[in-house]
Amino acid sequence: MAVESHAYLAAETGAAAAAGSAVLSNAWLLIALPLAGAAILLLGGKRTDSWGHLLATALPVASFAWAVLILFDLLGRAGDARSVAVPVYEWISVGSLSIGADLLVDPLSISFVLLITFVGSLIHIYSIGYMAEDPGRRRFFAYLNLFVAAMLVLVLADNFVLLFLGWEGVGLASYLLIGFWQYKPSAATAAKKAFIINRVGDMGLLVAIMIMFSALGAVSFSGVFEAVPGAGDGVLLAVGLCLLLGACGKSAQLPLQAWLLDAMEGPTPVSALIHAATMVTAGVYLIVRSGPIFEGAPAAQTTVAVVGAATMIAGGIIASAKDDIKKSLAGSTMSQIGMMVLAVGLGPVGYVAAIAHLITHGFFKAGLFLGAGSVMHAMNDGVDMRRYGGLARVMPITFATFGLGYLAIIGVPLLSGWWTKESIISAAFGVGGTQGMLLGSAVVAGAGLTAFYMSRMFFMTFLGEKRWDEGVHPHESPLSMTAPMVLLSVGSVALGAFLVFGDRFANFLAPTIGAHPHHFDLAHAFTAPYGLAALGVLVVGVVLAWVVYLRKPVARTAPRGNFVTVAASRELYGNEINEGLFMRPGQVLTKALVAIETHVVDGIVNGIGTSVRDASRGLGRAQTGFARSYALTMLFGAVVVAATLVVRL
Amino acid sequence: MDPMNYIVLATLLFAIGAAGVLLRRNAIIVFMCVELMLNACNLAFVAFARMHGDIEGQVIAFFVMVVAAAEVVVGLAIIMQIFRTRRSASLDDASLLKH
Repeated sequence: MAVESHAYLAAETGAAAAAGSAVLSNAWLLIALPLAGAAILLLGGKRTDSWGHLLATALPVASFAWAVLILFDLLGRAGDARSVAVPVYEWISVGSLSIGADLLVDPLSISFVLLITFVGSLIHIYSIGYMAEDPGRRRFFAYLNLFVAAMLVLVLADNFVLLFLGWEGVGLASYLLIGFWQYKPSAATAAKKAFIINRVGDMGLLVAIMIMFSALGAVSFSGVFEAVPGAGDGVLLAVGLCLLLGACGKSAQLPLQAWLLDAMEGPTPVSALIHAATMVTAGVYLIVRSGPIFEGAPAAQTTVAVVGAATMIAGGIIASAKDDIKKSLAGSTMSQIGMMVLAVGLGPVGYVAAIAHLITHGFFKAGLFLGAGSVMHAMNDGVDMRRYGGLARVMPITFATFGLGYLAIIGVPLLSGWWTKESIISAAFGVGGTQGMLLGSAVVAGAGLTAFYMSRMFFMTFLGEKRWDEGVHPHESPLSMTAPMVLLSVGSVALGAFLVFGDRFANFLAPTIGAHPHHFDLAHAFTAPYGLAALGVLVVGVVLAWVVYLRKPVARTAPRGNFVTVAASRELYGNEINEGLFMRPGQVLTKALVAIETHVVDGIVNGIGTSVRDASRGLGRAQTGFARSYALTMLFGAVVVAATLVVRL
Repeated sequence: MDPMNYIVLATLLFAIGAAGVLLRRNAIIVFMCVELMLNACNLAFVAFARMHGDIEGQVIAFFVMVVAAAEVVVGLAIIMQIFRTRRSASLDDASLLKH
C-alpha cells in the first residue's frame, strides 16, 4: 500500500521515487536521534544530570548534519526525482485502512528539517547558558529533544495520520515547556490554556482526516491529492475549512490566537524555538502541504487569506501596545505568521513566498527572542521594556545581533526580511482585481505596523535613557548564549538574498509545490508602486516610533492611553471574548449537566433502590415469628392449589 | 366395601390434624397432629389402592411412613434442644427470626 500510494507522486514527478542511497533510506535517524535523547534523559534520571544537557545538544546537531547530507543527496538528483518516499514500517493495518509510518523526503520537508534542526541546535546551545542555574535543566533538555523529534515527525510524515501524531507531539512538548516552571500558577494556567485552545484546532485536523478517509478513501498525501479532482466541492470545502481550523490552532491565528501571548510564560529559549521559529509555523506547512485540496476549494482558500490578513493586523496592533518584551514579540509572531497564512491563501503563487518568509522569519525571530532572553538575563528576569533603556552600551553583542534581527524583520532593503516580505507583497498584488488590491494593501499595512512596533521595542530596550530598577546591573551574556545569536543574525542578514535572489528557493521547491509563474525582479522591487509603498510605510513606522518613544523620554509606568491602546494592550479583548462566548456558557452548560446528572440520572437509580428497600420493609412485616400462622398460610395455599386442580379437572 | 367410608374417615382425621397444627401451642401436640395428617393420607392411599386393586398406593404409603419416621427423629431432636435452652415447648415463644 505504501509503495502503491506513492505511485502518484512518482507519476507527477516523472521519476521513480526509490530511496536508493543509505543516507536517504536511513532518514528515520533524523527523528530517532533527538527522540533517543529525550528517552535517555527522562529514563536515566539523576544519573544524567551532569552530562545530559550536552548529549541533548549533540543529538539535534547530529540530526542537522544528517539533514545536510540528505540535502546534498537530493541536490545531486534531477529536479523531478527529489521526492523520495522512505518506508519505515507498516503502522496501522485494519481492513481497507493501511497506514505506514513512512517518511516523505522532498524539497519542502527537507527545508523544514534544516530549519528545525539548525535553529533547534542553536537554541539547545543557547539553553546551556540560559538554563545553567535551573534545577530542572535535565527535564528541560529532555522536553526540547522531544519537541524536535515530534516536529520532525510532523514535517517528514507522508500521510495525514502520521502528521497528526507529530502535530499532537509538538502540542504535548509545547504544553510541557510552557508549564516548565509549573510552581508558578501563571505558567501552569498558560500551559493549560495553550493545550485546550490547541485541542480545538486539533479536532479540526482530526475531522479533516476522517472526512478524507470516508469521502476520498485515503489518508496519505499522494492518495488524497489523487482523489481530489474527482471529489465534490462540498467535501473539499469541508476538508479545507477543517484543515484551516487545525492550522489556526497551532499557528495562533484568529480566532484561536489567545494562547500564544500567555505561552510566553515558558523559558525564553522555548519561546524562541517553539512559539516563534518552528511549531507555530506548522499551520503554514499544513496548508502548503495540502495545497491541492485548497486549490480545489477556492472558498476555503479565500478564507485562509482573510484569516491571515485579520491576524496579521490584529497581531501588529497587539504588539504595538505591549510593554512586556516577550509578549510584544509574540504579537509580532502572530502578525508575521498571519502574513504567511495570507500568502498561502493566495494559492500556489504565494507558497514559495510564504515558505521563504517562514524560514527567514525563523532565523530573525529566533534571534530576536534569544536577544530578549539575553536582555532578561541581564535585567534579573524583568520583562517590562519601560524598565529597560540604554542597554546598547552594556550589552554590545546582544545590541548588534538584536539590531540586525530588527532591521531584518522590518524589511530594510537587502536584508532577509525585505526579500521575503517583498515576495509576499508582489505575490498579493499579483493576484489582481479587488482581492489583490485589498490583500496587497493589507500586507503593506502589516509591514508598516511591523516597522512601528519593532522600532518601539528596539528604542525602548537599547536606546534612550536608563530606566532600570534599583539593584539591576546589566552585563553581557556568556559565549554559549551570544554565539547562537551571532549565527542567527548572520542568517537574518544573508539568508533572504540567498533564497530569493535568482529564484533559487522557488526552483528548489518547484518539484513539490509546482512551478509557479512568479519571478522575483530586483529592480522592479524598488521601482514598482508596491515596492515604494512598502519602503514608505517602513519609514513612516520607524519615524513614528522615534517621535513617540525616543525623542521624548518614556514613562516608567504605562500611561492610561486612549481606548485604542487600552484595547490593544488587552489583546483586543480576545480573552474577554473567549470568556464570554465559550467559558461562561460552557460553565453554565456543565453546571446544568451536573444538575441533570445528580437529580435525574442519580434520582432514577436511587429511586429504584429506595422503593425496593421500602417494599422489602413492608413485606418483612409478614414475618410474624408465629409458626402456626405460617402453617395457616401454607394450608391456605394448598387448599387453593387443590381447589384449582379440582375445578380445572 | 364402600371406599366412601374410608375417604370420609381420612378427611376427618386430616381435618383434626390440621386444626391441631393451627390451634395448639405445644410443639409435641402439633407434632402429633402432623403425624395424624400423614396417617390420614396413608389411609386414603391404601383405600384407593384396595379399590383399584393395584399396589402403587400401598408403596407410597410405605414411603410416607419412612419419611415420617425420619422426620420424627429430626423434629423431636429439635424440640428437645429448644426445650433444653428455653424450658418451654411453646411454638409461639420460638420467634427469633421474626421481622
